[in-house]
Amino acid sequence: MSNVSLDAHDSSEAENQPSNSNRRRFLTVATSVVGGVGVVGAAVPFIASWNPSIKAKAAGADVEADISKIQPGQLIRVIWRSKPVWIARRTPELLASLSNVEDQLKDPNSDEEQQPAFAKNQYRSLKEEYLVLVGICTHLGCSPQHLKDGAFEEYVEGVAEGFFCPCHGSKFDMAGRVFQNVPAGLNLVVPPYMFIDDNTILIGSEEGAA
Amino acid sequence: MRKLIFVVSLFLSAGVLAAGGNVHLDKAEYDLTDKASLQSGAQLFMNYCLGCHQTQYQRYQRTFEDLDIPLELGSENLQFTGEKPGEHIKNAMPAESGAKWFGAPPPDLTLVARVRGADWIYTYLRTFYADESTKFGVNNLVFPDVGMPHALQELQGVPRKTNEKMLIDGEMVDRYVGIKTDGSGELSAAEYDTAVLDLVNYLVYIGEPSRLQSESIGRWVMIFLLVLLVLVYLLKKDYWRDVH
Amino acid sequence: MWKNLMDWVEYRLPIMRVANMHAIQYPAPRNMNFWYMFGFLATIVLVNQIVTGVWLTMSYTPTAEEAFASVEYIMRDVEYGYLLRYMHSTGASAFFIVVYLHMFRGMIYGSYQKPRELLWLFGMFIYLALMAEAFMGYVLPWGQMSYWGAQVIVSLFSAIPVIGPDLVIWIQGDYVISGATLNRFFALHVIALPLVIVILVFLHIVALHEVGSNNPDGTDVKRKKGSLKEDEKTTFKIHEYYTDKYDIVDDIVPFFPHIVLKDLVGFAFFLLAFCYIMFFNPEMGGYFLEHPNFEIANPLKTPEHIFPVWYFTPFYAILKAVPHKLGGVIAMFAAIIFLALLPWLDRGKVKSWRYRCGLHRWNLLIFAAVFVFLGYLGGTPQEAWKIIASQIATIMYFGFFVLLFIYSKNERTIPVPARITE
Repeated sequence: MSNVSLDAHDSSEAENQPSNSNRRRFLTVATSVVGGVGVVGAAVPFIASWNPSIKAKAAGADVEADISKIQPGQLIRVIWRSKPVWIARRTPELLASLSNVEDQLKDPNSDEEQQPAFAKNQYRSLKEEYLVLVGICTHLGCSPQHLKDGAFEEYVEGVAEGFFCPCHGSKFDMAGRVFQNVPAGLNLVVPPYMFIDDNTILIGSEEGAA
Repeated sequence: MRKLIFVVSLFLSAGVLAAGGNVHLDKAEYDLTDKASLQSGAQLFMNYCLGCHQTQYQRYQRTFEDLDIPLELGSENLQFTGEKPGEHIKNAMPAESGAKWFGAPPPDLTLVARVRGADWIYTYLRTFYADESTKFGVNNLVFPDVGMPHALQELQGVPRKTNEKMLIDGEMVDRYVGIKTDGSGELSAAEYDTAVLDLVNYLVYIGEPSRLQSESIGRWVMIFLLVLLVLVYLLKKDYWRDVH
Repeated sequence: MWKNLMDWVEYRLPIMRVANMHAIQYPAPRNMNFWYMFGFLATIVLVNQIVTGVWLTMSYTPTAEEAFASVEYIMRDVEYGYLLRYMHSTGASAFFIVVYLHMFRGMIYGSYQKPRELLWLFGMFIYLALMAEAFMGYVLPWGQMSYWGAQVIVSLFSAIPVIGPDLVIWIQGDYVISGATLNRFFALHVIALPLVIVILVFLHIVALHEVGSNNPDGTDVKRKKGSLKEDEKTTFKIHEYYTDKYDIVDDIVPFFPHIVLKDLVGFAFFLLAFCYIMFFNPEMGGYFLEHPNFEIANPLKTPEHIFPVWYFTPFYAILKAVPHKLGGVIAMFAAIIFLALLPWLDRGKVKSWRYRCGLHRWNLLIFAAVFVFLGYLGGTPQEAWKIIASQIATIMYFGFFVLLFIYSKNERTIPVPARITE
């Protein structure tokens, strides 16, 4: 009845166990640990259920884009994972001009991992001619505008073509590289992609990493 | 009168007995771990059922992955509708024409095994019999006046209710012995039963694709809970020993 | 540092005081047996229902067009979605199992008697809210049983004279059960009723702690202040809230750790059963998830056999037993009202069936058996003999209360021990 004296009938039960308080301490810790594991385990389905569902994954599957009809200098948009993806066909003159602006860029050599390894080059692309970018500003998620034929000069002197974000004024060159003195800190993202043939790009997977 | 004959024939048929209006159902010994059977069932479903019945809540890709069918192989050989493996298993038949041809649009079969039970489907697909009085020329023991043709007839052959003469108590009696095929099908009777079992297996799978995963997690959870029970019990006993 | 912070909070919000008063240093009779774990379990199940319910809401679409498909979306496309759904569906049935056992505990040990009448009434309100909650939840998957179950239950209101038919249309928000009905049931199921249930549970517990827990002997462990000798008082640390008002007999244990550990043992057993069903047999042979409900709602085709889920079937049997529409509805509601009036129908002074007359013990056991039998009758296909059987069982159901009212007035009881016996 009383919770004071324990020894008398306790020791009669002893099976070479450590003293009562040690046993209790061990059981308390063991039960807490096992119970804690249970709580963590029970949390798994709740946390995992927030991952993209199979439906979302199916909707975010790789997208094929036909590039045979893009004229030099033209840019098309396709939707991949509900995001705009730009495919631009750059003229040789434009490609040649890319190196002119490099002293005004934050990350001209694409040192930050904003692109698959294959696009870590001056053109930030697999084939020089075709630029593939996720059209989402790296600042706060707006979609920048494509300004060309001198319209971009308004924002960057001497550069005829580039991307300008209307939300907060971030500027990017025609390789998606961010200019200095704008809010965005990183270059535009290059998605994984590969050429299925000369006329078709598959956005979402890269060669060898399927 | 036809109903009466039907009921009487049920009473007489071997292996089929009437109980409260329900037909005796044969046990479907399906096995969800038998991937070969599931693959064969999926193939049968896509070839013989999907023309009319959809499984619109299941995606091709899920079926391919769960049944160990390589994605490309599945897309080429089992996917007759839709463009991508991520799409749902649907057919191209508009519901209105289904209603016109069959009286009602053919039901979706994703969950049919959970509604009817595996035994029902197994028996149903094996108890079609020729009956010229119906629209599709067939009737069914577990689903009288069923409004669909016998989709697996090219496999089974033409099934007929068959009587055989036999000697009972010294007398020759003409007795109903069940449904026998005329042998014109691609499969023997035993092969047909196996094929139907594969199909049932697939329908059970598709009704609840998470079944096996659920059970494998469940086994670990049960072991874990037994450990927890022992610990909590010992701790409780330790605290209560000074009370009683 | 830590202590300072705790003191700072405690000065402004009495967390530890409330925890000590209502959980840690709450005096509980030491002879509370396994019957006393179902209140704890019901609380756990309530938490389970709320948490899994919130998570299901994230992927469920409450429209007539999308509801059925969105449940299959949860079952197939959402990671572990099937587990979340089975936790919720198994939890619904588990809720009623523990609540029925909890109520029966109250009946055999007289826990509804003075001074626990209000406690019992709050419990009955919880039970009613729970039935409404479960019914509306069952409509949400929008299967055949959802639809036709809703059809039958809502039609009950048409039995009310004069306003009945209009009332049904008002509840449905349409001329039939429809998407409008689904939407309002969804709102009630996920917000309104859970709120009501949580508040009622709070009141239920506050009322319990005010009068203290009953026990299988029905012997009070609180005595008038100053009536006990020192060595008769408990040596456990009990909150002053109780010791200031009463002398606490040395027959109690503190709620923590003793009762908590006891409840946890029960909880582990409960989880074993719960998880076995959830992982291996979530349909429970068609009782927890009815087979026809895997078919999408079809307003043109009633399922062959239509029953409510198992926890409603006793009352459904009473409804069917009365060959008159309004009469049946009245009988069904009377069955619940009589239960709620138990504290006043039982005029006995002794609480526990241990010390009451043999007739009382038999009356209780037969009542429990009749309740289960009614459940069987209400949940199986109609047959001729069952009509008579359900009428007899209905009479026996109400007979329990009538008999109790009569014999409890001058009942021959056994003396109740002054101290707890085990």
